[in-house]
Amino acid sequence: MTPPLAWYLGLSAVLFAIGVLGVLIRRNVIVIFMAIELMLNAVNLSFVALARSLGSMDGQVIVFFVMTVAAAEAAVGLAIILSMFRNRETTNADELATLKW
Amino acid sequence: MSPLLFLLLAALTVASALTVVVHQNPVHSACALVLTLCLLAVFFLGLDAQLVALLQVIVYAGAIVVLFLFVIMLLNLQVEARAMAGTLLVGTAAVGGVALAVLIVTALRRAAPPAGRGVPAGFGETAALARQLFTVYLLPFELTSLLLLVAIVGAVALAKKPS
Amino acid sequence: MVIETTWLGWIVALPALGVLFNVFVGRRATGAVELVGPGLVGAAFALAVWAALRRPEGGALHDHVYTWIVAGPFRAEAGLRLDALAMVMTLVVTGVGFLIHIYSVGYMHGDQGFARYFAYLNLFTTAMLILVLADNLVLLFVGWEGVGLCSYLLIGFWYEKPENAAAGKKAFLVNRVGDAGFLLGLFLIVATLGNHGIWTLDVAALEQHRDLLREVAPWVCLLLFVGATGKSAQLPLYVWLPDAMAGPTPVSALIHAATMVTAGVYMIARLHFLYALAPAALAVVAVVGALTALFAAAVATAQMDIKKVLAYSTVSQLGYMFLGLGVGATGAAVFHLVTHAFFKALLFLGAGSVIHGLGGEQDMERMGGLGTRMRITFVTMAAGTLAIAGVPPFSGFFSKDEILWNACAGAFPVLGVIGLLVAFLTAFYTGRLFCMTFFGECRASEDVQHHLHESPAVMTLPLVVLAVLACAGGFLDVPGLLGGEGHEAHAPLAFMLLATALAAGGLGLAWALYVKWPGLPSLVAWRLGAFYRLVRDKFRVDELYDAAVVRPVFALAEVSATRIDPQLIDGAVNGAGRVVSATSGAWRRYQTGNVQHYALSFLAGALALLGYWVTR
Repeated sequence: MTPPLAWYLGLSAVLFAIGVLGVLIRRNVIVIFMAIELMLNAVNLSFVALARSLGSMDGQVIVFFVMTVAAAEAAVGLAIILSMFRNRETTNADELATLKW
Repeated sequence: MSPLLFLLLAALTVASALTVVVHQNPVHSACALVLTLCLLAVFFLGLDAQLVALLQVIVYAGAIVVLFLFVIMLLNLQVEARAMAGTLLVGTAAVGGVALAVLIVTALRRAAPPAGRGVPAGFGETAALARQLFTVYLLPFELTSLLLLVAIVGAVALAKKPS
Repeated sequence: MVIETTWLGWIVALPALGVLFNVFVGRRATGAVELVGPGLVGAAFALAVWAALRRPEGGALHDHVYTWIVAGPFRAEAGLRLDALAMVMTLVVTGVGFLIHIYSVGYMHGDQGFARYFAYLNLFTTAMLILVLADNLVLLFVGWEGVGLCSYLLIGFWYEKPENAAAGKKAFLVNRVGDAGFLLGLFLIVATLGNHGIWTLDVAALEQHRDLLREVAPWVCLLLFVGATGKSAQLPLYVWLPDAMAGPTPVSALIHAATMVTAGVYMIARLHFLYALAPAALAVVAVVGALTALFAAAVATAQMDIKKVLAYSTVSQLGYMFLGLGVGATGAAVFHLVTHAFFKALLFLGAGSVIHGLGGEQDMERMGGLGTRMRITFVTMAAGTLAIAGVPPFSGFFSKDEILWNACAGAFPVLGVIGLLVAFLTAFYTGRLFCMTFFGECRASEDVQHHLHESPAVMTLPLVVLAVLACAGGFLDVPGLLGGEGHEAHAPLAFMLLATALAAGGLGLAWALYVKWPGLPSLVAWRLGAFYRLVRDKFRVDELYDAAVVRPVFALAEVSATRIDPQLIDGAVNGAGRVVSATSGAWRRYQTGNVQHYALSFLAGALALLGYWVTR
């Protein structure tokens, strides 16, 4: 007996919320990034669960694409962090606030 | 999978996710992230998404998080004294997060549950995925490959030491 | 009957061409200006004579130049109409104007602004011709304003001296007050007729529909009279005319004696059918005219400047004309307008000749004994003096007599009595002017006496022509020409004798006080003390206006400039800016630069949207 769809979606919501929390409260930009990955994965779980529930492969295809894009995004984002670190010697989000008024 | 197993794994997943977010040491956070991803792969297996589960472990846990660790090591990050933002922000974020979760769950419960259709044969296998990928979703496939190319070039360009 | 023509407009166009020539070419070709300026006015006069001969008996010539204003149902044409009244006025304007242009060639010889002077003079002539030939009140107003402008330009001609510029300004501003009244009158006419669906200010149309204006006629007439008061220098808006003597003397002759100031008289004569509907307004006109005549004549008796005497004399004679209009003797009033043009222009030009001969002296106390040294001027001015005094058979006698008889025989005989008193005073002060200038010992300085000479022919010839007109003008049957509007009875013999006696008495008194016993005037002045000083200081009216009107306006302007404008208006505008600055200063703290704060905003927005969808 598989658990009902609602449980999977609920788990996905909780993971997503945790990811949001992480983005908002951590100072270290790399951990913030990790939280973003967590959010992406929560959404992946939703897609896969719904794919199974609807009996369509489309959900899994989307997950495939999400993973690819996440990989690209992670690569570029980390490269940005690297160059920022070279400039400012810090990865603290509070100190990267040049858009301040 | 049985509901009991589901609940167990779910609890574990939430715990490791919280560890990612809360733990001070970034390396420990990364390790917790690996654990979370692998647990999610197990979920995928239970949902008849064999190929996706495999890709999750190989690509996500195996490549992306390793990349994260590389960068952490490269920057030689130390454990910071104050890893989190001020109390006000934490409190607001917590409230916001909880509200978000509640709202999503409510929205999902309100929605009509989709008609449970049967799972066709060969669901979740490589062949099925490939059939969709190279016929219906051919254009996005090609575009994504282009995207990867651009990302590679961009990452190299950004991370180069200024000469 | 009305004949349509296409050439009538040239009467107006010729002087206008003179303006263009003098403005653009005149600066470099003073010799040409001497010919073109007067020449074009002379040509206009010839054309006017031609038009007068072509005019049908009892009818008019009309020229529709072009359609000027079309604003919805309202139409105003640029059209010219030469009926009997306009014919008289046109001949006077162009004729006397021509003589004065010639005179000016001599008087203004060598002046730096020679071309500019003739440009202004031609412009004035153009505007005055537009005024008298206009067939509708809008075009008349254009001419009205035009002569006011030229008056300002010419009074302040030597603007390098501040008092001349101030005099020009005063003339313009006081005229403006009158013009406001005039405009209000026009508006009232348009509004009233508009209620009946008629939208025009054409004079012929107004005459046709005058019954529709019956209720508003008193107001319209009074408002239009306010305009006439300003333009024709009656109480209380006469104050600009004495100051206007700051301009060149030929200008005084043309504008303030012969033509512009008579615009008010012309306007009322033109609209007499309207005034006939409002006897109360006519009574006001008559009373104002009589009082002005008396007031100005009194002031003239105590003035020492030769031009000021003539200025107040003009105001007084204009009062006569309005008195004539007010008692219904329109023809007589216009007749006096014509004769006054002759002898007043003559007197002014003669005074100019005297001033020219004395090298710029205008104070009569420093004149005297010029009779032997300036013969032509002496004789011509004698003619002018006799004419204005009203001695028969000179022109002034005939025109004044008609007005006085109609005043005495009218509704308020007291006005006639005032008129007779003014006749006496007129003879007196003009005689005084003549005697002080031409008789007795010469009180001028040695240097001036050495340079004393008669004026050149270009100046004395117009004097002679005007003197002939002043003598013979009385025999022109102007009232008959203008038709039989109103009852204009001819005076009985006894009345004529009375008038003549008054004139002779005035002249005799002047002879006695200023030739026979020259010491007497100062004695009389001393005895009269404060009253004499009041009269000499023109009853301090200018000072009164200054205190009652000018100072409060200046004070208000002061407050506006130093308080209202910087503090209130600038304050409001700057305050608006400051409010915006303060608000944005408060808002920009929102931009902390911290990305996580921005992410929190995202979350808040997402929650809001989700909440909306979920609870819908």
